[in-house]
Amino acid sequence: MSRSQTKAGWVFIGPASALIGLFFFVPVVAGLLLSFTDFDIYGIAAPETVRWIGLRNYVQLVQNPLFWTALKNTLVFVLAGGPLSVAVSLGAALLPNAPQARLRGLFRTVYFTPVVTTIVAVALVWRYLYHPRYGLLNHALGLVGIGPIDWLGDPNWAMPAIILLAIWKNFGYNMLIFLAGLQSIPEELYEAARLDGAGALQRFRHVTAPGLRSTFVFIAIITMLGYFQLFAEPYVMTQGGPLRATTSLVLLMYEEGFRWWRLGMASAVAVLLLLIMSVGTMIQLRLQRGRAR
Amino acid sequence: MKRLGGSVLINLALAAGGLLTLTPLLWMLSASLMPAGEANSLPPPLLPSRLELGNYAALFSRLSLARNLLNSVAISLAVTLSSVLINSMAGYAFAKLRFRGREPVFRLLLTALLIPAQVGMLPLFLLLKGMGLVNSYAGVMIPGLAGVFGIFLVRQYVAALPDELLDAARVDGAGEWRIFRLIVLPIIRPILVTLAVFSFLGCWNDFLWPLIILSDSGKYTLPVALAGLSGEHVQDTELMMAGSVVTILPVLLVFLFLQRAYLRGILAGSVKG
Repeated sequence: MSRSQTKAGWVFIGPASALIGLFFFVPVVAGLLLSFTDFDIYGIAAPETVRWIGLRNYVQLVQNPLFWTALKNTLVFVLAGGPLSVAVSLGAALLPNAPQARLRGLFRTVYFTPVVTTIVAVALVWRYLYHPRYGLLNHALGLVGIGPIDWLGDPNWAMPAIILLAIWKNFGYNMLIFLAGLQSIPEELYEAARLDGAGALQRFRHVTAPGLRSTFVFIAIITMLGYFQLFAEPYVMTQGGPLRATTSLVLLMYEEGFRWWRLGMASAVAVLLLLIMSVGTMIQLRLQRGRAR
Repeated sequence: MKRLGGSVLINLALAAGGLLTLTPLLWMLSASLMPAGEANSLPPPLLPSRLELGNYAALFSRLSLARNLLNSVAISLAVTLSSVLINSMAGYAFAKLRFRGREPVFRLLLTALLIPAQVGMLPLFLLLKGMGLVNSYAGVMIPGLAGVFGIFLVRQYVAALPDELLDAARVDGAGEWRIFRLIVLPIIRPILVTLAVFSFLGCWNDFLWPLIILSDSGKYTLPVALAGLSGEHVQDTELMMAGSVVTILPVLLVFLFLQRAYLRGILAGSVKG
């Protein structure tokens, strides 16, 4: 019986393993190797001319100011957009979770809707909402006396504009996970806190916050990993401008690889992105572990 | 009295948040129904002065977006079908079949969840170029045909099924494939729906990979076609909003009808992961 299961097991996992192995793991390893070569547009025509160049792509990258700009932009997006987005999610989860809230199911659906929408289409919608003259946002701000902002045309405002879009698009996802975390906190704990005379804020600090710790770790990490992959928003809204203010690492990789066909260089960008994301994950895990102690 | 005030405040905040969340989508719908040029007037109108369906007609006649819509539908359905079948087979085997190599292979697969797809995209492009699949539908579909998250989802669900059920069928002499098809698949239908919704939405909304692998605008998926048109039609706000509605509507409908299944997937991925 066990022998038949061995055969069946491999047959059942065969298609998935073959597909994922050939079209994911092999390319990932190849990407690492590719980053040590001078593969470019000539390499596509004649692969035999491609040479090993060691770390030259990496050396050229760290000497390229555009790489540092893209890294800075990506880090701003991750470090400002990520926490803001998590904060909005937590707020959005606490509201329908309040005992007085009505129509919870409806609002949960409404808040979640932007998550399922197509990023290209909503980036296009927001491009018009951000229009300095005809955009709804500036019009609304004008009503309260805030002068017109050139959201996507001003290098200082373009990244905040993209962060705002990203928060709107993504907060529903983390909200849902927070909601599940909130519901797993036993009601008795709140009762006990209330009997001890704890106010709403104290209940949040001493019951809700500790109860959400593991949820929070998970959310912090997946949000960070997701935000590091910023691409479609700047591609559609700003093409990385103005003055490169919204060029992200993935956009840089795309341009190097598929506009200029410098695939070796583009792979180096991708490998550095992977390294930075791994370091980010390790820092998060260490921070959380330190706090738990 | 204080109770009442709090209750009103919370519900007001909920409603305001809901309105803010929906505003961009409602405006998109409204602008898509405005006569050409109306969205670019002052003060910015919230509602169309008269309902103009011409923008939608123009999408399909002048911009020939029907082709791209069809591409997106066909590609997303094919990917969904493949991903449900292949991932459920693998997820079931990783949960219930005992065989040598099961654990190491599964652990290796899980590491894929931590590696961003971008790292492999450039070599994958070259690999598919070697196979003659650049600028083909098969090329777009390949990364979605099987996925570690889907396998994980099915494995978690199947693991909770009682072993006795399967063993009884084995004693009766049923082969493994028969057991999977006739016993397992019907029981795990809920998670298959979840997996299908995930695959469909993921494939429909994907942008970077189809942008890379497709070069012929007749083969573009809807998001890639829309991004391409948005450059030359910057001024045609109403037309572009109609295009956005057509792009978003199918996924929105799938989500609204199969919401429960979709949300279950997100929670399964977070709580147990």
